[in-house]
Amino acid sequence: MGFENRVIKFLLNQTEYQLRDIDPNTTVLDYLREHLHFVGTKEGCASGDCGACTVVVGEPCDDKIYYKSINSCITPVGSLHGKQLITVEHLKQGKQLHPVQQAMVNCHGSQCGFCTPGFVMSMFAYRKNNVRPERQSVIEALGGNLCRCTGYKPIIEAAMQMYRSPLEDQFSLAESSVVEKLKAIRQQQATAELSAAGKTYFAPDNVAALADILLKYPQAKLVAGGTDLILDITQFLKEIEVLVSTSRVEELKLVEETESAIELGAAVTYIEARQALIAQYPDLHELIDRLGSRQIRNQGTIGGNVGNASPIGDMPPVLIALGASLVLRRGDESRQIPVEDYFIAYKKTALQDSEFIERIIVPKAKPEVQFRAYKISKRLEDDISASCGAFRLQLDDGLVKSIDIAFGGMAEIPKRATHCEQALIGQPWNDSTVRNAMIELEKDFTPLSDFRASADYRLKVSQNLLYRLYLELQSSAEQMRVTHYG
Amino acid sequence: MAKSSGVAQVNGLAGQGVKHESAHKHVSGEAVYVDDQLAPANVLYAYVGLSTVAHGRVTRLDLSRVKAAEGVVEILTLDDVPGHKDIGPVFPGDPLMVNEGGEIEFYGQVLFAVAATSQRLARSAARLAEVEYDTLEADVRIEQGLDRNSFVRPSHTQKCGDATQALRDADHRLQGEMHIGGQEQMYLEGQASLCIPAEDDGMLVYTSSQNPTEGQKLIAEVLNVPINRVTVDMRRMGGGFGGKETHANQWACLAALLARKTGRAVKIRLARADDMLATGKRHHFFTRYEVGFNDDGRIAGLDMELSGGCGMSPDLSDAIVDRAMFHSDNAYFLPAAHIVGHRVKTHTVTNTAFRGFGGPQGMVSIENIIDNIARALGRDPLEIRKCNFYGDDDNRNVTHYGQKVEQHIIPDLVDRLEKTSDYQLRRRQITAFNKINTVFKKGLALTPVKFGISFTVTHLNQAGALIHIYTDGSIHLNHGGTEMGQGLFTKVAQIVANEFQVDIDTINCTATRTDKVPNASPTAASSGSDLNGMAARDAAQKIKRRMVMFAVEHFGVREDEVIFADNQVSIGDEVMRFSEFAQLVYMNRVSLSATGYYRTPKIHYDRETAKGRPFYYYANGAAVSEVLIDTLTGENKVLRVDICQDVGDSINPAIDIGQVEGAFIQGMGWLTTEELVWGEDGRLQTMNMAGYKIPAIGDTPPEFNVELLPDSPNLEATIFHSKAVGEPPLMLAISVWSAIRDAISSIKDYRYSPSLDAPATPERILAACEEMQDR
Repeated sequence: MGFENRVIKFLLNQTEYQLRDIDPNTTVLDYLREHLHFVGTKEGCASGDCGACTVVVGEPCDDKIYYKSINSCITPVGSLHGKQLITVEHLKQGKQLHPVQQAMVNCHGSQCGFCTPGFVMSMFAYRKNNVRPERQSVIEALGGNLCRCTGYKPIIEAAMQMYRSPLEDQFSLAESSVVEKLKAIRQQQATAELSAAGKTYFAPDNVAALADILLKYPQAKLVAGGTDLILDITQFLKEIEVLVSTSRVEELKLVEETESAIELGAAVTYIEARQALIAQYPDLHELIDRLGSRQIRNQGTIGGNVGNASPIGDMPPVLIALGASLVLRRGDESRQIPVEDYFIAYKKTALQDSEFIERIIVPKAKPEVQFRAYKISKRLEDDISASCGAFRLQLDDGLVKSIDIAFGGMAEIPKRATHCEQALIGQPWNDSTVRNAMIELEKDFTPLSDFRASADYRLKVSQNLLYRLYLELQSSAEQMRVTHYG
Repeated sequence: MAKSSGVAQVNGLAGQGVKHESAHKHVSGEAVYVDDQLAPANVLYAYVGLSTVAHGRVTRLDLSRVKAAEGVVEILTLDDVPGHKDIGPVFPGDPLMVNEGGEIEFYGQVLFAVAATSQRLARSAARLAEVEYDTLEADVRIEQGLDRNSFVRPSHTQKCGDATQALRDADHRLQGEMHIGGQEQMYLEGQASLCIPAEDDGMLVYTSSQNPTEGQKLIAEVLNVPINRVTVDMRRMGGGFGGKETHANQWACLAALLARKTGRAVKIRLARADDMLATGKRHHFFTRYEVGFNDDGRIAGLDMELSGGCGMSPDLSDAIVDRAMFHSDNAYFLPAAHIVGHRVKTHTVTNTAFRGFGGPQGMVSIENIIDNIARALGRDPLEIRKCNFYGDDDNRNVTHYGQKVEQHIIPDLVDRLEKTSDYQLRRRQITAFNKINTVFKKGLALTPVKFGISFTVTHLNQAGALIHIYTDGSIHLNHGGTEMGQGLFTKVAQIVANEFQVDIDTINCTATRTDKVPNASPTAASSGSDLNGMAARDAAQKIKRRMVMFAVEHFGVREDEVIFADNQVSIGDEVMRFSEFAQLVYMNRVSLSATGYYRTPKIHYDRETAKGRPFYYYANGAAVSEVLIDTLTGENKVLRVDICQDVGDSINPAIDIGQVEGAFIQGMGWLTTEELVWGEDGRLQTMNMAGYKIPAIGDTPPEFNVELLPDSPNLEATIFHSKAVGEPPLMLAISVWSAIRDAISSIKDYRYSPSLDAPATPERILAACEEMQDR
């Protein structure tokens, strides 16, 4: 661990950059705009909600580069270590627009143009990751890019039209050399580090090192995606003294399948976990695709969603209902607890000083068990839930053999609906049982009124979600969600 | 329509769907916005300290910690302002800042400004002020202000016929009330200004503003210098939508004052949450009405009270509530009407312009009534709409404010749309769907828009332009309108290209600047192309006239032998390139520079009698929306939209379609997901994009058909007989709201009309469904 370690190395397009004396609280957006005067990338909200700041990061994956869109406004500059950063400035070559850009021009996809660089970058990542375009997946990829001018129709058309040009571009030509450069950077340091302005960013590459750093700096903030944490810096203007990133920790990046469970490392992003989870629980498809935006799902982690103990996170109720558990680690010691025991009070968790979430163990699906997850929000995409309900149900001969129900947005913590479950267990699965259980939900929750929804609505809609579950399991004929139409 | 002989040869003439002039720069990140501008060395960053009560007196404002903070160079309070301390754009009432001892009238009001060496240091320092208040009771809701008769401006009444008598004589009467929410403009580029001090007390200002002239005047006034010392430059905004008509001024003024005080360039850029707290929005409205109607569905008389929540000061509210009143008829003839408009004061940020400018609130109020009449009579709302349209018939073509409707576009346009959208077939299919589906209900609605075009403040209906032709034939174009994405620069360039019959690439439309075209009106009221297009054409025609007269004299030809076509000029038998001709004209000492000017004819309005012709013409349109609602959750989805919009003879069909689509989705947001929520303490709770939800890409209807009404030139002598397009299509989104009500109404077989305040959030829809089920 010499002085040489105190450096963040990344590729800006194809050129290696080294960061030594930049405040580790600096976001990639501010670094681009204020330090490099790369002003093509825009700030619309500085909170990861509008996508105007979208850039693409490339990461080596075998001998290819995997390109992902991220919100540069909520990404600390240290997280660029070992990655390729591509901004809107890198797409045009000489006077030649990139096919993505040309399609946007052809389709009249820009009006005021301020959101456009962000759209272009999200579309670029989409183009790189999808062989052919489909309306639904385009929407999934661009749901985190807001445009106030066009009404989006020409942008959807541009996303289709950009496929008329071949995929080969300057990035594909340079791909293998970029892979080599990034792999070389990644091999140089066990723990990448940036120290300046009295603050430090650590990015260890193994779990033992992570555990050590946290023992040494109990005040450290874990960056497990950072899509919520970094708002402390950009919105509340806090100075975070020690940031420790999980993003390089190999053990925490693993998605493993055992006989009975899916084990997710705490640094696995939503996108990385998506396939494994959906394979077990197909109904999670909709919830995961509506959780945050594509940029958030590329950055945010399931570990982070649990870790920060927000009462409005969408994964905790799911994990509670699925009977998932957490492996917590402090130094060399590990322990395992059910997810629902992790949440103690508002933003208060079972974690001790220097302890962190290592893995999330999600039991596998069983054919006799039904699972559904429903998210209610004002806007269908990229919105925080007013209520998020998760249900796991096993029927036996018309009777409820087992039931797990948990909600987010309904209490100061994500919480199990105990009374409601009790009213169902052992009962015949019919209209009157369900309606009775809906009433019991009032004993489980006393939700708050806020700008997202009133307490009355939260309770009513949560009760009705149970009824939706009942109807959905009754017949597969009627489509039971608005998202299934159109 | 502007027709040219060389359709294929000349690129970018009026009538062609050419690309936005900056499209290639937008997509490559090369388009420069205010905050992207290379700043001078030693630039400072300004930030503001905001009040944390909605109403009260500042008893202590201690800035010592702010001054001592890292990086802070200068502080600005009201005492430091050498000139005017109030920046009310029309009427006073908007103090630039509030000092110790002063009165706070909304949560988020500016107390002071600070300049520091970085944006972050300035923001951090601004939070260190120690402020104490004597808190006073705050009116946050419209009803609170209304109950107290607390108004920012006097109420206004428009009347025709005897509404009281008409109500008494009508076959049926209905009354009701409705809340209509406001709307945040949510321009993606927040408020930003960069001020650079110059000699002779001068100031060069780059500001993201729809109104450079007003900014220039106010900056001069706060600096206490003549207007000619201040130059405002505006190349492009990252969206405006009305939110930068008057609400860009304050930030530019503060930065200018700090630049003067420090002698350094000063930039100010508001963080999103502060932008949302401290700048005005679309007015929320509370509407009460009583309507009388006959068995045939025709309205006999209407008594309507429109109360606009103005916030703490007049700003533009006089004209905004007027426009709500002017549109409380929408497309329907009111034989007798009594329309009152109140400008209610509340202790919230002063509300301001937003695309439609009060028109949408007036229109949704009458569309609510039309739907209610239909349910009361058990008929399809479309039938009721049709039988109430203004008609050619002399007894049914005058509005309640005395303007005669001269071009009757709507009846035919609606018939056309009814057919192209398969309205009747889908109506039957939807009714059948609703019969068999218990949880999901579909709704369908066709609503029209008749929107008056002109500033209702008459003197604003003027514009200027400036054109130079250089010796290589390249053309420099400048006008008083601002580019905020709407394609104004493109359209005006097309108009000039058309005059000279040269490629649009020949023309460079440069940043709007107060030292090039003075005394410009705000780019607002959908007037940009109408006004600036005409002014630019005037300038172009002046130069062209000189060029022609030169050719007549020089070559000894007749005037009609001088023809501009295909990037060339033919003079008798001689043909030369436009550039060659420009060089020749120059060599012969003829001026190739001219200003142009335009003012809208025919318009007038007398507030005493509440009668006149406030609008030069009307822009019309209609939309059919089909929606789906979930009666268990209130979730909803717009499945299909069909639009037909009257833009006269379009100058640029591609840009016009973009305006129609974008305005529709923005209007849909206003009426569905975009909910502004204030706490009882007067603090805006939906103060960022995480809490305030504008439409996202998935909200765009999967089927979205937009047609520009063909072969329908404006009967008035507008630029190429086109029509304004910026605002009118926003109100087409009322069809979405109406379709949601249609779906709710189906729960009880269309017998009742649900109450549904706007925006129709899932929560409101669920409540309306439950209310319907209980009937």
